[in-house]
Amino acid sequence: MATLFHPTAAFSTSHKLHIPSPISVRKGQIFVVRSDARMNNLISRGAHKSQTQRLLTNAVATKADNSSSSKTGHELLLFEALQEGLEEEMERDPRVCVMGEDVGHYGGSYKVTKGLAPKFGDLRVLDTPIAENAFTGMGIGAAMTGLRPVVEGMNMGFLLLAFNQISNNCGMLHYTSGGQFKIPIVIRGPGGVGRQLGAEHSQRLESYFQSIPGIQMVACSTPYNAKGLMKAAIRSENPVILFEHVLLYNLKERIPDEEYVLSLEEAEMVRPGEHVTILTYSRMRYHVMQAAKTLVNKGYDPEVIDIRSLKPFDLYTIGNSVKKTHRVLIVEECMRTGGIGASLTAAITENFNDYLDAPIICLSSQDVPTPYAGTLEEWTVVQPAQIVTAVEQLCQ
Amino acid sequence: MSLSTPKLAQPLPLHHRSNGSSMSFHTFTPFLGSTHKLRLIAPIKLNAHSKSTAVSVSDAVKDKKPKSAANLLISKEEGLQLYEDMILGRFFEDMCAQMYYRGKMFGFVHLYNGQEAVSTGFIKLLKKEDSVVSTYRDHVHSLSKGVPARAVMSELFGKATGCSRGQGGSMHMFSKEHNVIGGFAFIAEGIPIATGAAFSSKYRREVLKEADCDHVTLAFFGDGTCNNGQFYECLNMAALWKLPIVFVVENNLWAIGMSHLRATSDPQIWKKGPAFGMPGVHVDGMDVLKVREVAKEAIERARRGEGPTLVECETYRFRGHSLADPDELRDPAEKAHYAGRDPISALKKYIIENKLASEQELKAIEKKIDEVIEDAVEFADESPFPARSQLLENVFADPKGFGIGPDGKYRCEDPKFTEGTAHV
Repeated sequence: MATLFHPTAAFSTSHKLHIPSPISVRKGQIFVVRSDARMNNLISRGAHKSQTQRLLTNAVATKADNSSSSKTGHELLLFEALQEGLEEEMERDPRVCVMGEDVGHYGGSYKVTKGLAPKFGDLRVLDTPIAENAFTGMGIGAAMTGLRPVVEGMNMGFLLLAFNQISNNCGMLHYTSGGQFKIPIVIRGPGGVGRQLGAEHSQRLESYFQSIPGIQMVACSTPYNAKGLMKAAIRSENPVILFEHVLLYNLKERIPDEEYVLSLEEAEMVRPGEHVTILTYSRMRYHVMQAAKTLVNKGYDPEVIDIRSLKPFDLYTIGNSVKKTHRVLIVEECMRTGGIGASLTAAITENFNDYLDAPIICLSSQDVPTPYAGTLEEWTVVQPAQIVTAVEQLCQ
Repeated sequence: MSLSTPKLAQPLPLHHRSNGSSMSFHTFTPFLGSTHKLRLIAPIKLNAHSKSTAVSVSDAVKDKKPKSAANLLISKEEGLQLYEDMILGRFFEDMCAQMYYRGKMFGFVHLYNGQEAVSTGFIKLLKKEDSVVSTYRDHVHSLSKGVPARAVMSELFGKATGCSRGQGGSMHMFSKEHNVIGGFAFIAEGIPIATGAAFSSKYRREVLKEADCDHVTLAFFGDGTCNNGQFYECLNMAALWKLPIVFVVENNLWAIGMSHLRATSDPQIWKKGPAFGMPGVHVDGMDVLKVREVAKEAIERARRGEGPTLVECETYRFRGHSLADPDELRDPAEKAHYAGRDPISALKKYIIENKLASEQELKAIEKKIDEVIEDAVEFADESPFPARSQLLENVFADPKGFGIGPDGKYRCEDPKFTEGTAHV
């Protein structure tokens, strides 16, 4: 019953890229993009370096850069990318199903599940009553008995009601059952601070969930990584919590036509640099990139990494960066206390203390319930100006 | 609470859909809590074809006088099977208590003595593919479903040969082979899981087109759970989607030291079924034959795709809530009353009076079970404790979930990982 990792059972890859075909034919014909095109004998056996390089350019998320990208692929918005990933996985595996409030007939509050219910039916795209604890538990029970559910929290904050199920059952049952029952569930939803949504709709649950053993957490930030992470999360045998952000759903990007799946455990190199490592995720990536423009004008060369995997951290990508720049700035939307940044600071200090020339600076949101007033709300989250100041301070 | 005499043997209209129309029900005495006397209520037979009426109680169930063989509820074979299962449950739990006091197991151990009729009455009707979801009082549910006594005892001793590899313990009995889906420590958290298992069954039938999939899930839980939100949320969803599940309430009147009457505004739990559009049935949980009759109907209903049923079994636990509970709060008179209704003695009496088997045959069964239990203890004693290397296994189904270490390799490839000494 031991589930030791077998390298041969990992993603197998092929350098052929083609349209998804039925499951029986498709074994071993997807490819996995590494964050920096590095070869790893476990993952990207045979992947063409040039092709992964080309796709990487598309991963830089600001809209202005699209002019330099290739003309292949198709343009879409982030919520459409999520929907595409979900639809592809549902076509590929009939055990994949969706449950949540208003995911069916309404098409999802953020349109991520639009069109799926008419296509796959009411049982596969299940409109649940407003009972998060129960339907999340139902998803977990379904996962334990052979299905692969995707549970949507209309807002991540609502999943606080499902904490019992997520902590006790989702995270722990694989272990307490001695490995007998696996829980290949995906729990996803939008979180983060929006536009004056008020305190309770603006929560960052990644900090509350991070201690739960047995789960993985990823945060998407671009249409490209949204689709890739959605597919990876659905295919993973582990329970995965996919954090989306309310303000990022309308980002537009050109993504490949070919099928691709990203790695759940890896970070994404957004902008290589030499002077300082900036670690971020989700919406703050855009504040960082905006600050990066200012910083570049001022003569700095920041390296920006979107950590993507909130649990576990990709210490390899992060470590390589720290070893290069010796200065770390973490920019996150979590609260200061007990947030992802706090854990990341601890992890970096533990593993790479010798490489640091300066103490790690962690910019987080203020430890306040997000106020409604627009001005106050702006001051609770990290703004690009603060990022610029922090980098200047680090690089003194 | 009114103390009017119960009106038995009258057909009662049972609404399957509650649309605001009033439902009549017979008044009956409240349960024995502090001062009230408990009266036996005959079970209500469910009529699957009519939407709003219930057929009157079957006489054979109510009447316990000896009958000719043609009218008996069970055959000899069934009788012996039920007897053996209940004896297994009882002897096993008694042995658990012994082993606990000898220091072979630790922590919270919740014993099932007295409630065997519910477990045997329901679970012996299931197929192997049907699922059982229980609570922390799960040893006997696992045994009834077919998990070997050896595996359960080893699990209690914390040995690597336990059904959950020693990682779950008393409150987390799992068996994939026998479809025992836990074992949960917090009350009510297993009910959504059971609902999910039932959803899987329906999904297989309707989406995956496995036409013969009619697996049923039984969710067992107590009276205390019936005041918890997850219970109600799941009653709603199960009735809404007609999931193949039976909600079995083991109402033993006490949640540790909290009497059901002191915790519940309306202690008649079976009434909560019709409020959600499913039949609610009350049955004497100290009588395995009555439980079995109700269980048959409820399970068949679920198998036919007609949806869930809420069955309230009035039962009692002879021991305290757990082995750490001194059990000083319950009235000795109450305990004596229920001891007189011991389900095993009742079945034994039925079997002998109806000449289904002889005293010697029953004694032989008891002896056989004694040996099974002895063997289980011996096996558990001789089994090894989990090795250090087991520490990090099974945290993730895919151990890549531990992430990538500073050296670029997945953490699970670190040799210390398989030794259990890696820091993750």
